Amino acid sequence: MDYLIQQVINGLTLGSIYGLIAIGYTMVFGIIGMVNFAHGDVFMLSAFVALIIFLALSQLFGTINLALALLLVLVAGMALTALWAWTIERVAYRPLRGSFRLAPMISAIGMSIFLSNFVQWAQGPNNKPLEMVPTEIITIALGAGSITLSWKQITIMVTTAVLLMALWYLVQKTPLGRAQRACEQDRKMASILGVDVDRTISLTFVIGAALAAVAGLLWMVNYSQVNFADGYVPGVKAFTAAVLGGIGSLQGAVLGGILIGLIETLWSAYFSLAYKDVAALLILIVVLVFMPSGLFGRPDVEKV
Amino acid sequence: MAVDAARPQSHATPPQSPAAPPQTYMSAALPGALKSALLTALVTLGLCFPIVAWETQLDIESRLTLVSWWGYVAAFVAIAFVGRFAYVMWRALPREQRQAIAPRAKLSADVKQRIAIVGLLLLIFFPFISIAAAGTAGSIKWIDNYGTQILIYILLAWGLNIVVGLAGLLDLGYVAFYAVGAYSSALLAKNFGLSFWLCLPLAGIFAAMYGLMIGIPVLRLRGDYLAIVTLAFAEIVQRVAVNWDTVTGGYNGISGIPRPTLFGYSLSPGPDSLPSLLGLAPSPLYRVIFLFYLVLVMALLVNWVATRLRRLPLGRAWEALREDEIACRSLGINTVTTKLSAFATGAFFGGIAGPLFAARQGIVSPSSFVFMESAMILAIVVLGGLGSQLGVAIAAVVMIGGTELLRELGWLKAVFGPEFDPGKYRMLIFGFAMVLLMVVRPRGFITHRDPSITLGGRQTERQA
Repeated sequence: MDYLIQQVINGLTLGSIYGLIAIGYTMVFGIIGMVNFAHGDVFMLSAFVALIIFLALSQLFGTINLALALLLVLVAGMALTALWAWTIERVAYRPLRGSFRLAPMISAIGMSIFLSNFVQWAQGPNNKPLEMVPTEIITIALGAGSITLSWKQITIMVTTAVLLMALWYLVQKTPLGRAQRACEQDRKMASILGVDVDRTISLTFVIGAALAAVAGLLWMVNYSQVNFADGYVPGVKAFTAAVLGGIGSLQGAVLGGILIGLIETLWSAYFSLAYKDVAALLILIVVLVFMPSGLFGRPDVEKV
Repeated sequence: MAVDAARPQSHATPPQSPAAPPQTYMSAALPGALKSALLTALVTLGLCFPIVAWETQLDIESRLTLVSWWGYVAAFVAIAFVGRFAYVMWRALPREQRQAIAPRAKLSADVKQRIAIVGLLLLIFFPFISIAAAGTAGSIKWIDNYGTQILIYILLAWGLNIVVGLAGLLDLGYVAFYAVGAYSSALLAKNFGLSFWLCLPLAGIFAAMYGLMIGIPVLRLRGDYLAIVTLAFAEIVQRVAVNWDTVTGGYNGISGIPRPTLFGYSLSPGPDSLPSLLGLAPSPLYRVIFLFYLVLVMALLVNWVATRLRRLPLGRAWEALREDEIACRSLGINTVTTKLSAFATGAFFGGIAGPLFAARQGIVSPSSFVFMESAMILAIVVLGGLGSQLGVAIAAVVMIGGTELLRELGWLKAVFGPEFDPGKYRMLIFGFAMVLLMVVRPRGFITHRDPSITLGGRQTERQA
């Protein structure tokens, strides 16, 4: 029993990271109907940004308060990653609005290849190990056995919860969120009513990337290493999460992320570690084929 | 071009007669251009700031340290500034003057045909040309590494072109068919001793069956979902190849695959091989040349089938499907079987490429069938112009040949220092080219193919 609870905690940790990445996919898909293939690589890039800034801070100031350092890294990482996403949208996607159907997708694939190879060029092909948060654990006695919670896991879950609340406020209560929801429903009508559609779309990319940057930092905290190729598989899994939750739906993305995290952890714990990625991929296929609107999504009607 | 029309004109000059000298426009655009260039430079600085400026490196105690590369950052910022400035100034000129300075070339059908004939002749005589140029020993690399490898990519790209270019189905997992073909032929040859000539069609049939198997459930999905599902399937195939090691040999793959024979005679150096029976000196060259022509014949066969199919009702239906799916359905075309046939045909050709790859390498392993390979084949099809056979062939030669050539550029080390490795820039350039091409000429760089048949007015409207 305690083994199961332990695995559920591990799954929730991983699921938080997937959920944060999935929000970027789902928001972009909701507003311009495009699978932002490069999002996984933006996430990988953000993990590198977090790593480098953390190292730079500790080199400049020696040992400083860990919480303060993490907060600084978080803010800087979010800003810099958002700048990347803004540029990518501006350069690679905006000129293609109104082009033929496959054009943005192909451009996004090109961008994904470019980003991972750019990071490989700039940072080298090796794994970059760095222990940001100490591996201390808290043991909680539970009946006959005990479960353990590490500071890493607490950091990850608390950060995710706080940021999701901030996002919810942003989307539901601010003019920006209102404009964004309006563009999602009907872009042409929104532009007639005075919503700056280009700006709203840019900001959607920026918000998605900022959350991916949070996920990047949390990935570094959780796994303590990153590699230039690490964007692809988490990207596909986060996309799976977005699809499972119903693409276009924010709460769906978070729930989907947690479900994927749980399934992956439980699969590795009880079945086979080697096929854990296959499990996520199979879910993706099954969901897309049998319930393409996911858990919370609206059914998608094709119009002329 | 539609993209041009949609883009807001960046010059804010008052309407002047087109005859005004370029300086008038240039000076009017100067302040705006400087501002825009400065902004671009600032953004570039922000993009480069941590990721290029500091490289993380492991020291002897395997702790990470930062190494500064501010020189690169300065270079990127400078390039961004100058590039943006030049671009804005260029856009400030009226269209007539820009065209007078740099006219847009367009290939006529006549020129295209001539390129095709010259290209084909070059291909046919390629082994002899390389023997003449590099000698018998030196030419093996050229025929095998450049000739055969490029031809295999052309074959794959022509196969994918049917799926993506003709039927408009974005398949991100094309490499799965290639893998199915390569593994099935390797397993058949090793475990059952089937000859290469039997494995070749069987590999195609297996791959086509696999294509049907995944096609039936997923083909009713919309475009980008289909892309993701095909990607997921390809990823699963690769994972299975890695993990099912009792059959596939895991990461090591299957080695010692028998080489193809000609009428039962081996072409590898040995006592009973065809060259030694003919009294020629033993050399691996014959096998390489034989494989080259084998792949060439297969590629031409694929091309022939593809161009013939395009004239059949089925091919017309594929093109119609690419242009407008809803219209197709309204006109009574069965979209599911039409898509399925395109998918299976593409899969068959991908499968055929598998045994040819295995024959060239003598080994198949999962590392040859990763997503990057799919992306590369897709890049070739896209850059060559979706649907164009000649364009795809040229793109394959340029991209695969070009990136192979990057490996040869040892002299660049003298310019950029001994640590410079041109091969590292291969995929970087690929990705960048894909984005650039979609933005600049979304229908393909070299040439593109309009629907084979259109109603009267459509064609002119499209080109206007």
